Amino acid sequence: MNPQLLLGAEAIALAAIDAGISGVYAYPGTPSTEITEFIQQSDVARQKGIHSAWATNEKTAYEAALGMSYAGKRTLICMKHVGLNVAADAFINSAITGVHGGMVVVVADDPSMHSSQNEQDTRVYGKFAFLPVIEPSEQQETYDAVRYAFDFSEEMQLPVLLRITTRLSHARSIVLPKAPRDENPFNPSTDKRKWILLPVNARVNYAKLLDKQKQLTAVSESSFLNKEIAGTGKKAVIAFGIAFSYVMEVRESAQLDFPVLKISHYPLPDKTIRAFTEHYDDILIVEEGYPVYEELLKGYFGNSKFHGRLDGTLPRTGELSPDILAKALGVEDGEARQAIPSVVAGRPPMLCQGCSHRDVFEELNTVFEAYPEKHLFSDIGCYTLGALPPFSAINTCVDMGASVTMAKGAADAGLHPAVAVIGDSTFTHSGMTGLLDAVNDRSPVTIIISDNSTTAMTGGQNSAGTGRLFDICKGIGVEEAHIRTIIPLKKNSEENKAILKEEMEYKGVSVIIAQRECVQTASRKRREKAKETPA
Amino acid sequence: MTTNIIIGGVGGQGILTIAGIIDMAAMQQGLFLKQSEVHGMSQRGGAVESHLRISDKEIYSALIPTGKADLILSIEPMESLRYLPFLAPNGIIVTATEPYINIPNYPEPEIILNEIRKHRHLLVDAEALARQAGNAKAFNLVMLGAASPYLGIASSVLEDAITERFISKGTDTVQMNLEAFRLGATHAKR
Repeated sequence: MNPQLLLGAEAIALAAIDAGISGVYAYPGTPSTEITEFIQQSDVARQKGIHSAWATNEKTAYEAALGMSYAGKRTLICMKHVGLNVAADAFINSAITGVHGGMVVVVADDPSMHSSQNEQDTRVYGKFAFLPVIEPSEQQETYDAVRYAFDFSEEMQLPVLLRITTRLSHARSIVLPKAPRDENPFNPSTDKRKWILLPVNARVNYAKLLDKQKQLTAVSESSFLNKEIAGTGKKAVIAFGIAFSYVMEVRESAQLDFPVLKISHYPLPDKTIRAFTEHYDDILIVEEGYPVYEELLKGYFGNSKFHGRLDGTLPRTGELSPDILAKALGVEDGEARQAIPSVVAGRPPMLCQGCSHRDVFEELNTVFEAYPEKHLFSDIGCYTLGALPPFSAINTCVDMGASVTMAKGAADAGLHPAVAVIGDSTFTHSGMTGLLDAVNDRSPVTIIISDNSTTAMTGGQNSAGTGRLFDICKGIGVEEAHIRTIIPLKKNSEENKAILKEEMEYKGVSVIIAQRECVQTASRKRREKAKETPA
Repeated sequence: MTTNIIIGGVGGQGILTIAGIIDMAAMQQGLFLKQSEVHGMSQRGGAVESHLRISDKEIYSALIPTGKADLILSIEPMESLRYLPFLAPNGIIVTATEPYINIPNYPEPEIILNEIRKHRHLLVDAEALARQAGNAKAFNLVMLGAASPYLGIASSVLEDAITERFISKGTDTVQMNLEAFRLGATHAKR
């Protein structure tokens, strides 16, 4: 096997292919998107016929993955941290059913919110579901951990959660792959009591899950993913996952020799931790995300031996870095840092030149001028950048689908006009059910589906409802006369504004599909076509 | 021996292409490497950076500590200054001089250049050199060439990596990019 240069995300993908998966199920979300994209672009995966099409949302992805596992095959599910909220129902219950073929759930957390609305820590979900969690610290370990996780999942008959954070997912290093494994044979489960979560069965399964906890802890105690770096002194560090890399960076560069216990496997190996902590007076607990295990180790009434995010030794929020660790470990190199000159202006992300969302916002802003109340409920996607100048067009952005339902709630409260803007991919992800609520209640809302026929924010993945949005809205029950399609182009501006105004005045549910392809995917298609037919 | 490099610019300027070529060359030389990059929302016309670390021993952090960057390689002049807190006392800024103006408050180019001149620096009119190589869009390869003396990797290894990177696009593309790289390298030696 030749060494390869891989992102952490790509190391997961390659490891899953090599571990013999038959499918990957995912909805795109930074920083997890590249896992599925790697499998989609892999020749090996294509030859094997590994399923890799995008799912409509994380819940449908999760349940499909569970079905593949039911059939005896190995399956990978990937999402970003907030995606697990969407899939949470299936996720928690999959711990109660257990799995058949190996199933690894990758969740990529985004501390510092580089591209997210919150920085929730997936390890909390691991504890919540009583499932084992693996948190690798670097790329080679990530590859090895995924291979291991599939075997472990089959051995324990449980989904295994793999948690990574942005900096591991989006950093590249050299990875040495191992020999590929064949896919599992088709072998559907016949154990109905395991899979039918009627209370009578669920109670039994839940008890079994709790019984397995001792075994899971025993596995953590001897896991190759945990290790101790010997050292001297009365101060020590317990580092979890990628935090280990920052601790070791400072330890090496400052030539220190404090002892370090690295943990990458949960539930916590309590014997290992107890034996380690007994030797030291002062222990820094370093984890990326929430102080999940710091809180646990410190205990409710606090043990003053432990330091970390809770007592301010480390910042309470945000991703870690070598600088943050150097400060926490009392390392100062005495060199004054250069400041960023005041002349440097901020350069925030923005909607692309020629993007159809720009025209939609311009038209909307003009139409809104006639109203005393101007409130535009937005959603998650490129168009969220409509919050920034020169548009400053939107008032809310909460979660996938919330534009539709918040507009409905505000309309129920008397807001007029109640207008939502949502992308096509987000609409099928989480907007359709909210639209049905609005239809059933005849709420006076105007839903603008800014349809660029792709999942643009994450790089242009397929969008589940492309070409069928009209039919979907009609099927949900929106009156045909109030499903309007506009082409957001300057030349249509007057006509589009008139349609917007008309529908905003309609006292029922109206949907305006503003349809024009994403400039990025359109130009990519042109380039690919030019490549296929050389002049 | 560790070389810490920050590559800066604006989303879409070919920063990850440069990083990918250096990565490939470093791997060919049997070195360790870690390279962090930006995906997602920030790529939409915003400031983009990649931390790249090359070493003959294991590298732990994918992020460079402040004050430890040996080189800030920037495809755009103002962006080179954004990463100044990372620059080591003896580090160098290698930057293209052509501004990328997609914000209304972009500062006077001369003020930016004067700020850069306060540090060890190499200014490159990358666009002119790229045009000379036959494609104005190859200015990122010109910049890679200009930075090549500071990477600790032999030019021949970098050229092999460039060839490997572009070979699927045909030999003309490879030659044009090699030419851009060489023009940049010659500029650095002057």
